[in-house]
Amino acid sequence: MRTLDTITITDHIEKLCKEINYKLDEKVLSLIEESARRESSIIGREVFSQMFTSYKIAKEDKTPLCQDTGIVSVFLDIGQEILLKGIPIEEAVNIGVRRAYTSSFFRSSIVKDPIGKRENTMDNTPCVIHTKFTTGEKIKISILVKGFGSENATTLKMFPPTATKSDIEEFLLEVIKEKGPNACPPLFIGIGIGGTADYALKLSKEALLELQPMDEWESYLLNRVNNLCIGPAGLGGDITAIYVKTKTFPTHIAGLPVAININCHILRIGSVII
Amino acid sequence: MEYHLSLPLKEEERLKLKVGDKVFLTGEVYGMRDQAHKRIVELIKKRESIPIELSNSCIFYVGPTEPKPGEKVGSIGPTTSGRMDPFTPMLISYGVRVIIGKGRRSKDVIEAIRKHKALYLVAPGGISAYLRRFVSEIKMIAFEDLGPEAIYSLKLKDFPTFVSIDTGGNSL
Repeated sequence: MRTLDTITITDHIEKLCKEINYKLDEKVLSLIEESARRESSIIGREVFSQMFTSYKIAKEDKTPLCQDTGIVSVFLDIGQEILLKGIPIEEAVNIGVRRAYTSSFFRSSIVKDPIGKRENTMDNTPCVIHTKFTTGEKIKISILVKGFGSENATTLKMFPPTATKSDIEEFLLEVIKEKGPNACPPLFIGIGIGGTADYALKLSKEALLELQPMDEWESYLLNRVNNLCIGPAGLGGDITAIYVKTKTFPTHIAGLPVAININCHILRIGSVII
Repeated sequence: MEYHLSLPLKEEERLKLKVGDKVFLTGEVYGMRDQAHKRIVELIKKRESIPIELSNSCIFYVGPTEPKPGEKVGSIGPTTSGRMDPFTPMLISYGVRVIIGKGRRSKDVIEAIRKHKALYLVAPGGISAYLRRFVSEIKMIAFEDLGPEAIYSLKLKDFPTFVSIDTGGNSL
């Protein structure tokens, strides 16, 4: 059995948090570049050009891509053949986040008590941690850093079991029409379908971690979203969204949970297998 | 159309700007967001004095990152304007004439903009590494206890924006 000191996880979390706040994932960047070629509006093209300039500066100057350096979500896939020793794993993860945010002059955006004084923790912790067990003796760490301009656009709907694909399509269009302009378009959209209410929301986040190619329905959904013409920065144009991905899970005979996760154009994701 | 303008904007300057125009702004603005808005409006309602001068002012909805050592500004970009909608009509009626943010505004805000010949400008979100180049100075001026949500004074230099709601209340 492999033994691993949880402090190793701290180091990886710190490195990932720093990296993804400066530098866009290659897949994310190439998807944005592909979309930019299809933008025909003058303002839309101008916004795309500002976006690319900003990505370049962020990478070169190690300056955050966005002033909202986000809330950190950590997804841990833990191989059940591994023995973890050292400080508790959640603490190890949070220390990594704390180190990254305080040493890099990222913004501390987390408040302690959501309905009380809302006092800032000043180190961007705690983060949100999801764990899952897998086979083997490796750990996969995936991180998503998300600003709240786009997180506030997240929407859940509990459909009746008799609802159809086209009902989901209409729901998606309604949500994007209402909330898309505020979420820093062009957007990456993750859709979680099935499970329970909370699980559908989790699926909608996981849907944007891998960036697998879109299937036929997802491409169709992307086209319909783009026909809304909200455009880059919500100033009108052909590209309202860059990518749509669904993730499904079995559900109850009496329902059909659908969660929509809207992410801004700087989809800050990163992962490592240790 | 493209305009390079200095703040504060005169009424005739505001009137000529139309939806979709590109505006490069130079001058001082207040950087403030949710909690600072809530406090300012509470103080006004209690008829107490407020720490900033609103007359013909410009508010930028922003919560910047800290500058790195040796640098004057951190990453700077707009936050979602819609969250400030409940407070904006009152602030416009007390003199705010230019607002920089991102995203949609409520009907009440659009009406206040039209009534007072104010302007709503947007800068794209998620391009803060680029936008910081057009901010030469930033300092905290009030509500220090709010940290990143305090009120800041920012000096803009040719800061790029687009007109999203013009003085006639027309919007994109």
